[in-house]
Amino acid sequence: MEEKKATWKELPEGDILEGGSSLKFRTGNWRTLKPVHIPDKCIHCLFCWISCPDSAVVVNKETGKVEGFKYDYCKGCGICAYECPKDAIKMVNDQEDSE
Amino acid sequence: MPSLKQLVKREERFVSGHRLCAGCGEGIVARMVTLAIEKPFIACNATGCMEVASTIFPYSAWNVPWVHTAFENAAATLSGVEAAYRSLRRQGKIDKDILFLAFGGDGGTYDIGLQSLSGAAERGHKILYVCCNNQAYMNTGIQRSSATPRAASTSTSPSGKVLQGKIQFPKDLASIMVAHNIPYVATSIPGKWNDLTGKVEKAVSYDGFTFIDVLTPCRLGWPHEPSLTMEISRLAADTCIWPLYEVVEGRYKISYKPREKKPVAEWFKLQRRFDHLLKPANEGLLAEIQADVDRRWELLLKKSEG
Repeated sequence: MEEKKATWKELPEGDILEGGSSLKFRTGNWRTLKPVHIPDKCIHCLFCWISCPDSAVVVNKETGKVEGFKYDYCKGCGICAYECPKDAIKMVNDQEDSE
Repeated sequence: MPSLKQLVKREERFVSGHRLCAGCGEGIVARMVTLAIEKPFIACNATGCMEVASTIFPYSAWNVPWVHTAFENAAATLSGVEAAYRSLRRQGKIDKDILFLAFGGDGGTYDIGLQSLSGAAERGHKILYVCCNNQAYMNTGIQRSSATPRAASTSTSPSGKVLQGKIQFPKDLASIMVAHNIPYVATSIPGKWNDLTGKVEKAVSYDGFTFIDVLTPCRLGWPHEPSLTMEISRLAADTCIWPLYEVVEGRYKISYKPREKKPVAEWFKLQRRFDHLLKPANEGLLAEIQADVDRRWELLLKKSEG
């Protein structure tokens, strides 16, 4: 899942890091449970989006509607499912579902 | 105050791929605080979980200029950055409005960074300092800090045959900051997004040093179910263990009065660090803590009246 490690010649100078570069590091493989969005029940209140520690809820910036999850980053904490007032997010076993 | 529909249109300044625990409250606080600030800003972190997990070499989760120096001097480092900015602005070399945001944990704020925090507040730098208070040194192995509540079991105040967790009550840092006569001091939680984002927006509108103390649940050190991060922080407000209030120009205003003040045990029972406290043998200690919470809440109510 991780990209190939850079050699010392390619590393940034000193301790200066590229802004937002953590996007290259995927934390999705930490997960044991994964959230599944149920669009029929969703009222797009965005409570899941604002509560996610990993910015892993996909919201369309134009329509303001929830469209799913960034599974590359979601760590499966389940806060989104807990905060959802309409039970529109279900936590399922990640392994079973991905078969 | 911006709505969620407005916030969602803004660019994320604290992005995915950081290595905070699943369900970590600090990730939520960092996102809410950075989303609430519309203008460009420069961030500075004291050493702590947030700094360690967000900038593991060669990656950074910060989409803004960000600097880390040490545990004790986030406020001092950012003071220098802010002073340099003011100088450059006076010389006409910068014409942009830039804000300054410092993050520290309770270790880097209540304990180790207190003198640099106090200095920056006294000098009146235009900085918003946000303390992500998770009530112990979670980053180094859950040692007690001066923000750790009475009876919490940590690795340096363990509960056992001799002691029942931490002996002392926590320090009231918000009051210490109020005593610096700064324009804005507030407490908040991630569990109420509109409370936190509203306070951040208000804080950065003042021309001076501002401070927000955010109770930030730690699923590893408290420990609790990761899905309950938001709920546990709300329960701290409902039990008045962590009252939500703001102090504007020295005047207290309570932001949230729970309709029904819940017993403190409701908050304790969701966290394993308080397991021993709920045993029958510790009834007296529990009553002592309830009495202290009640006393502090009454005092706060009185301060907000006057």
